[in-house]
Amino acid sequence: MSGDHSTYAPRSGFTKWIDTRLPLPRLMHDSFVSYPVPRNLNYAYTFGGILSIMLGLQMLTGIVLAMHYVASTDQAFTSVEFIMRDVNYGWLLRYLHANGASFFFLAVYLHIARGLYYGSYKAPRELLWILGVVILFLMMGTAFMGYVLPWGQMSFWGATVITGFFSAFPAVGDWIQRLLIGGFAVGQPTLNRFYSLHYLLPFMIAGVVILHIWALHVTGQTNPTGVDIRKKTDTIPFTPYATIKDALGMSVFFLVFAYFVFYMPNYLGHADNYIEANSLKTPAEIVPEWYFLPFYAMLRAITFNLGPINSKLGGVLTMFASILVLFVVPWLDTSKVRSAVYRPVYKVCFWLFIVDCLLLGWCGSQPPQGAIVLTAQLGTLYYFGFFLIIMPLLGLVEKPRRLPNSITEAVLSRRQTSAGRPAGATAAPEDRG
Amino acid sequence: MSEHETTADSEHEPNRRDFLYLATGMAGVVGAASLAWPFIDQMRPDASTLAAASIEVDISSLEKGSTLQVKWRGKPVTIRNRTDKEVQEAKDVQLSDLKDPVARNANLDANADATDINRSAGKGKENWFVMIQVCTHLGCIPLGEQGEFGGWFCPCHGSVYDTAGRIRHGPAPYNMELPPFDLTPGKTVRIG
Amino acid sequence: MKKLVAAALAIGLAAPLASVAAGAADIPHYPIKDPPRLSWSFAGPFGTWDKGQLQRGLKVYTEVCSGCHSLNMVAFRNLTDLGYSEDQVKGFAASHQVTDGPNDQGEMFKRQGKPNDYFPAPFANTEAAAYANGGAAPPDFSTIAKARAVESGFPGFVFDIFTMYTTKGPDYVHALLTGYQDPPKGMRVPQGGYYNPYFHSAAFLKMPPPLSDGVVKYDDGTPETVDQYAKDIAAFQMWAAEPHMVERKETGFVVIIFLAIFTVLIYYTKKAIYSRLDDH
Repeated sequence: MSGDHSTYAPRSGFTKWIDTRLPLPRLMHDSFVSYPVPRNLNYAYTFGGILSIMLGLQMLTGIVLAMHYVASTDQAFTSVEFIMRDVNYGWLLRYLHANGASFFFLAVYLHIARGLYYGSYKAPRELLWILGVVILFLMMGTAFMGYVLPWGQMSFWGATVITGFFSAFPAVGDWIQRLLIGGFAVGQPTLNRFYSLHYLLPFMIAGVVILHIWALHVTGQTNPTGVDIRKKTDTIPFTPYATIKDALGMSVFFLVFAYFVFYMPNYLGHADNYIEANSLKTPAEIVPEWYFLPFYAMLRAITFNLGPINSKLGGVLTMFASILVLFVVPWLDTSKVRSAVYRPVYKVCFWLFIVDCLLLGWCGSQPPQGAIVLTAQLGTLYYFGFFLIIMPLLGLVEKPRRLPNSITEAVLSRRQTSAGRPAGATAAPEDRG
Repeated sequence: MSEHETTADSEHEPNRRDFLYLATGMAGVVGAASLAWPFIDQMRPDASTLAAASIEVDISSLEKGSTLQVKWRGKPVTIRNRTDKEVQEAKDVQLSDLKDPVARNANLDANADATDINRSAGKGKENWFVMIQVCTHLGCIPLGEQGEFGGWFCPCHGSVYDTAGRIRHGPAPYNMELPPFDLTPGKTVRIG
Repeated sequence: MKKLVAAALAIGLAAPLASVAAGAADIPHYPIKDPPRLSWSFAGPFGTWDKGQLQRGLKVYTEVCSGCHSLNMVAFRNLTDLGYSEDQVKGFAASHQVTDGPNDQGEMFKRQGKPNDYFPAPFANTEAAAYANGGAAPPDFSTIAKARAVESGFPGFVFDIFTMYTTKGPDYVHALLTGYQDPPKGMRVPQGGYYNPYFHSAAFLKMPPPLSDGVVKYDDGTPETVDQYAKDIAAFQMWAAEPHMVERKETGFVVIIFLAIFTVLIYYTKKAIYSRLDDH
């Protein structure tokens, strides 16, 4: 994005005229055409592009749904059903939007996991990472408020339970909760403000995404080896190489997305949300959407008092901490080596962390009783242990594998040994080139 | 891709690779265009609105010289049982005196003359009159039994209509429109 | 390394299973029995409505269910989906009395239904419905086929993705309607309750068995049994909840085929583009 080494050369008189007044084409060219990317990026690096498209799609479908939706406790549920039944392609737009949220989270979690695996958060990319966590935070808020809008049973009780978190804080808790829902219970004021904010937040996300991409283009991308770019042969231009690879990733992603939208559109949702909200009747079990389940499990894992902190407050603090801890990850990791490819012990801890998240997700979906509670507690322990103990200590004691001198060397050595599997570099599916 | 390609391949005959690039690009364009359609189509009137497009009105109690106003497609439709005097006045008007000589009757040809019979419910039902009561100037609702001809008068910009809803003078360009309808005198009228 | 990961995965997967087994004893789990999975004409990627079945379902709804259950979001005009002609729909609508108004005297009045009207509800409001039915308001039928789903559990929920199992609702409805039976020995049945092991939130429900053999006459020779009625009403409810299902699946097929071709095209384009790198 900096103009120092711009290779943009306007050819026609018109583009020259533009270039001296508003060099937007130059910015686009330098950011998405000539921008050099490491030549060894694999498909795990395509989720950034997928996420931008998903954000755009969510905003588009959201805007058209807002043309038909009515944010009133009397009519919200009916208006959603009206969209599903009578609006032209309403069923498609709504299913795209609802499943789009799930696939947005799927992509963002894979994107974050890629960052954790290849050490994308390490210096000098701390701000890039932090901006990403801010986006995740905003996404969670947006998704939660969006889920309230259809005004089904899960919408209503989800809103009640989540805003109830804040009542856990001593002294100011009840005041904050009432401030959030605008009454003594979730109702018309809550629905209206959630609608307003659900419309606003995606634009804020888009703003932070621009900062995120800006930061990325200042520091450049990491790559599976974690070795910095040293010479010209280490990189290839963004277009056509990264563009077409991203396009392939997107296309495959959209195949899976389409399968859910057209054939299993309600699989990822909860059946109870097809029952209109009833403030006098709680569903048998209140569960959030799947992408919040691990956090929900950690919330419920704290069943005991910790000194002055009671279990309710402890659970809420644990849940918030589970996301806040991501902010300090760049300073928790003490390893000199970026990529997990060359960190044999970290690699195992990382995959255990992934399993742990899935396990916590499962715990979150089950009634909190018996072994589920214990499992969730152990899972929470490992979740925080991974960030607060393994990351700082492992970097000091682990003996990493020998790093290649450059990206080019890594690519060439892999090509030479492609018959026999090269050690260390096979953790993720990597493409030649 | 384009820059590399055009410089490198402009010397070649188009080959298999060019075809591949073209096919992929075309598929992308087709995909994007198809995806755009639902976003546009959702703006059209929905199924419930379209289904509400037809109404049936009971006119058994509509005496001579009285008017009924109903809502059809969100617009006021006036149903009037005209007096003989009104019918006669409208009949006596020469077509050449009319600002708009076209009937604007959805039940007739688009270029039918604006004679009184063409503006009414038809032969034998000349006293029955069904019209969308919306001024053809800018969409205000004219007032009934008013103005120079005892027809309609639009208070917004002063358009004057006669007893057959035809524009006589004022800024409005056309006669007020007649909706598609099916009328049984003294019984019912189905509009739409 | 791989073994370690595999071991971790195995532990990770085994733990919740064990915990489910351990947790089962604490709170009774409902429904007591899982609904059997039936085969439906509308299931699967090419599923379509069996219009005869939907018409029979409508008959069961009109003659049995509609006494207590509303169908608020379905309009008479939608019945053309079931294979009825416009005139048949008009006639069917006219056989219902709907409330309209206010008239020019400011009063609500009853009139014959028109295709654009929605199915009239049997009770004026939820309170009236609850009062007339022993305190439990009969649920609306518009979305019920999507609002009832019995969890598949682990690992069933993963397999469901690949088997495209999306008929939990109809399976549940059928199981419930055919599942009334005598309570197990020693179980105390509360006043006004009926034992049904398939009921989703308790062992008893307030609805008495609504169907019995021969209660609805079919004129197409279909057996007049509770099992058949239950299937027909469940299919009808699925249509009521998801009227665009067939359109959705047909569109989906075109979209998936297109995306598959597009993906293959991009794959080869990508290969062609990356092949230039080999010169370096």
